Amino acid sequence: MFADGLLLSLVIWTPILGGALVLFAGDREPSGARKIALAVSIATFVLSIPLYTQFNTDTHLLQFVERNSWIPAFNIEYFIGIDGISMPLILLTSFTTIIVIISSWEVIQYRVSQYMAAFLFMEGFMIGTFSALDSILFFMFFEAMLVPMFLVIGIWGGANRIYATIKFFLYTFIGSVLMLVALIYMYSKTGSFSILDFHLLRLTMTEQILIFLAFLVAFAVKVPMWPVHTWLPDAHVEAPTGGSVILAAIMLKVGGYGFLRFSLPITPDASAELDWLIITMSLTAVVYIGFVALVQRDMKKLIAYSSIAHMGFVTLGFFIVFRIMDGDSSATGSALALEGGMVQMISHGFISAAMFLCVGVIYDRMHSREIADYGGVVNTMPVFAAFMVFFAMANAGLPGTSGFVGEFMVILASFRASFWIAFLAATILILGAAYTLWMIKRVIFGEIANDNVRALTDINNREILYLGILAVAILALGLWPYPLVEVMHPTIENLLNHISQSKL
Amino acid sequence: MESIYLAIPLTSLLGAIIAGFFGKQIGREAAHWAAILGVGASFVLSLVVLKDVAFDGAAVYNQSVYTWMVSDGIHFEIGFLIDSLSALMMVVVTSVSLTVHIYTIGYMQDDPGYQRFFSYISLFTFSMLMLVMSNNFLQLFFGWEAVGLVSYLLIGFWYTRETAIYANLKAFMVNRVGDFGFLMGIAVLVAYTGSLDYIEVFDRSDKMASATIQVIPGLDWSVITLACILLFIGAMGKSAQVPLHVWLPDSMEGPTPISALIHAATMVTAGIFMVARMSPLFEQSETALSVVLVIGATTAILMGLIGIVQNDIKRVVAYSTLSQLGYMTVALGASAYSAAIFHLMTHAFFKALLFLAAGSVIIAMHHEQDIRKMGGLKKYMPITYWVSLVGSLALIGFPGTSGYFSKDAILVATQNSNIPGSGYAYLMLLIGVFVTALYTFRMFFLVFHGEERIDESTRAHLHETPPVVTIPLILLAIPSAIIGWITIGPVLFGGYFEDAIIVFKEHGAMAAVAETFHSSFNFVLHGFRGLPVYLAAAGVIVAWVFYLKKPSLAVTVKEKSGFLYRLLEQKYYFDRFNEIVFAATARGVGHVFWRIGDALVIDGLVVNGSARLVGWFSGVIRQVQTGYLNHYAFVMITGLILLLGWAVLA
Repeated sequence: MFADGLLLSLVIWTPILGGALVLFAGDREPSGARKIALAVSIATFVLSIPLYTQFNTDTHLLQFVERNSWIPAFNIEYFIGIDGISMPLILLTSFTTIIVIISSWEVIQYRVSQYMAAFLFMEGFMIGTFSALDSILFFMFFEAMLVPMFLVIGIWGGANRIYATIKFFLYTFIGSVLMLVALIYMYSKTGSFSILDFHLLRLTMTEQILIFLAFLVAFAVKVPMWPVHTWLPDAHVEAPTGGSVILAAIMLKVGGYGFLRFSLPITPDASAELDWLIITMSLTAVVYIGFVALVQRDMKKLIAYSSIAHMGFVTLGFFIVFRIMDGDSSATGSALALEGGMVQMISHGFISAAMFLCVGVIYDRMHSREIADYGGVVNTMPVFAAFMVFFAMANAGLPGTSGFVGEFMVILASFRASFWIAFLAATILILGAAYTLWMIKRVIFGEIANDNVRALTDINNREILYLGILAVAILALGLWPYPLVEVMHPTIENLLNHISQSKL
Repeated sequence: MESIYLAIPLTSLLGAIIAGFFGKQIGREAAHWAAILGVGASFVLSLVVLKDVAFDGAAVYNQSVYTWMVSDGIHFEIGFLIDSLSALMMVVVTSVSLTVHIYTIGYMQDDPGYQRFFSYISLFTFSMLMLVMSNNFLQLFFGWEAVGLVSYLLIGFWYTRETAIYANLKAFMVNRVGDFGFLMGIAVLVAYTGSLDYIEVFDRSDKMASATIQVIPGLDWSVITLACILLFIGAMGKSAQVPLHVWLPDSMEGPTPISALIHAATMVTAGIFMVARMSPLFEQSETALSVVLVIGATTAILMGLIGIVQNDIKRVVAYSTLSQLGYMTVALGASAYSAAIFHLMTHAFFKALLFLAAGSVIIAMHHEQDIRKMGGLKKYMPITYWVSLVGSLALIGFPGTSGYFSKDAILVATQNSNIPGSGYAYLMLLIGVFVTALYTFRMFFLVFHGEERIDESTRAHLHETPPVVTIPLILLAIPSAIIGWITIGPVLFGGYFEDAIIVFKEHGAMAAVAETFHSSFNFVLHGFRGLPVYLAAAGVIVAWVFYLKKPSLAVTVKEKSGFLYRLLEQKYYFDRFNEIVFAATARGVGHVFWRIGDALVIDGLVVNGSARLVGWFSGVIRQVQTGYLNHYAFVMITGLILLLGWAVLA
């Protein structure tokens, strides 16, 4: 139907142009803005489906490539394309955006068109980030997505939103400045901003370590990894539900994606040298953050901390490979670790979205996120309670749900590296269940705690729709992860081959 | 056959889906029919499979249903392994489940969550079947956690009760501790064999027997021992072995039918089943077997003793279950896997019977569960009385009942075991026989005999429960009485388990039992020459003296044994210990990390600290920007002079 590259461009630019359209349509007719936004998001999703169905799983080469000169003076190109790593994330993005727009349908009454437009812009920028193969293009998208999110939190956020937005912006911005320096340095050596050229660039260990650290700051903040994680709970708490969903489901993944696209292939020797640092940070995320999550009183904060812990599995899976390979790229376990990290990203996209939406559902009714204000919600909202318990179980990594798959893979793989790494990672089985189900006990179960809970009404069809879609997605991925893992194989194998060869 | 295998779990699942998602629309009756027909179909088909395996000598079936995932060359499959062990388990699970389904119609008839309950127990049956039919560790773990999920939902079935939702969280958490070990065990196996398939893992397990691993630097541990102990930690969680037993007594907060189905007959025996399934691995590590033996024996005796001081009818039976699970675990440790599974089977029937009989009493007593407020129920509830007697006799191992055969096989096997710790285990089990008889008949006498301590309003309505309750009881009483007599020969000594359970020659405990066995009748006679029968009789007599003949004696003993009694009453302080050490510490650590780590150091010092630093610095710099033209002119001229001076001099 389309030339390969054009299709990908369409997936990027349809939501952005659609967002502009929604913005110009204005708020005179809020329901019109909603409908256009929904139509645009569905169109984008439909356009993104061929990226999966026409994806060639036999090759690691980039697909749907489009390459045009953009700023010839600096050899900057409009260069996009996808592989087995980015494609699932793009589909996750186009999928989640639909959910967010449906979920905001009645809740957002203030500046509707601007709200909807912000999410469509974000969708385009995020897909652009995952598609970009020119590092400047990547950087532009990477930065651009902050702006609508900044506005979403700053305009539709909670009481303390100004502190949260500034913290969010400064944290993420400072990280990316260093990345830009690294990109320009590599440009000075290759004369190109193409990420693929960077992959082939030979670098000394000192150069690699400095570049690695620059990337680390940028991506660690995004993921977020301990100890640069404290912006996330604040941002989540203040963000409106839709903002939290996109933040948790997609934006954090940009960090994980960055490690795979930049850090590992560009600085493999430094990654191997400093893997202990990332592994330590990841395990700290699982254990330390697990304990912190346990004592949270605010549901959104609890889920935010839980996100950090679960994202710890992503970075652990990505960097444990060096200990598994130990110089041998064919050692079993290394692909398992990388693919496990990837699966964990996709799964966390579904589950964190679902959890934040659940909190949103009761927040809309009670205007409180405090666990202590709830109790016995199941009595008045049985259908909702069933959903929330299911999502909580997925969050606790129950087999049969997607939450299990990635964790299982990473734990199995990390045992090959070390008993104790696997041991600490596996504590998520206990900690994850503890913080999630203890919250469920206090919020969902029990006697009706107060009159506000008594007055609750169960979820309506619209809410059932989007929670139901997510439940199906979580279950499907948990019962049959084969199709997802299958598309990654060639890319992951190629990546492993690549990083096992020294660039010194 | 393949489609039959697939249909066995799926019909139960279908029942669960219908009752769960459409329960409101189709109504109570249709919902329970959907569930019962689903499980009933599973039962009938399981019987077909058992007939195939046991009588027609069908070959072992080991096939994948679908590929869950392939990563790194490791095939993650969903598939079935149908052999003597799984066929037997399938019949045990579905038969008990079916009787419980029928019983539930009566027990839950007034409950608003009627359809939900049926949906859960059918879902449980599905999960349990997936567990026992699995041919790989992935599906085993899926079933393992899925039954845990249903158990969680069912313990907290009455979700407004604080005690129930406390108990279900506790059950899930303690099981997760076990699952943590289990998952690590699976990780060891996958790391060394590169497979999740049982048979492949077994075939390649010799690699692990010779390999060592340094978990603690400097200490070489055998990999197979490590793997087996980690797997066994999983079994300890699910099968409630000390110290991971604490969740099971509390699980009695759930409705009685599920106490019978899940927390007595089937789910809690999953750990026993798993270890028996892994016999080719456990056989290779005497250290692991020794651990199994000691943990089992300790559980058997400690939990039995607590049973003596309990006053809640369900809790007595619960502690009895813990103790009997200890017996099965000892059998596993003694390499008498077949005896463990045999006891698992007889226990499933008589313990489900005892629980459901207790439920029958509870219904009649209008949900009074304290045995001190019962007494003399025999004349009001004759059917319940007689089936309870059958169950109690089977539990204490009365010669000829099903429990006699299975328990005696375990005792003889333990006696003849040469695994380190078997002497201790045998002694504990012997004392346990006396204790079992004591607590069982203490309960039996206090409930059915002696003076009536029932309050008047209850007595006025006291009568036998309806047939929907009593028929399942009778159905369970039959196997409780006779199944041991019929099946011990073929199952234990006829080579039934040859295709599933592997025992090394040097672990000859079961071989020794086989030598003493000639026929069921002979086995009974032989029993009279051993100690256990008389120990059991002594237990019954002591119970009779203390609780019927001379109740004042029981009071005196209780008062004289102050500390000992308190120790038992407080269940050896396990709960208190866990609350203080684990729960409180975890919260404390969480607070420290949050308030000091995150809020004070990272946010306070580093993040906001940097912001304040920047603010302070710009505050200082701002002093320079006064806005007065003469200041600027002054600085400009000074600068110009300095610059010129430097240029001239240089």
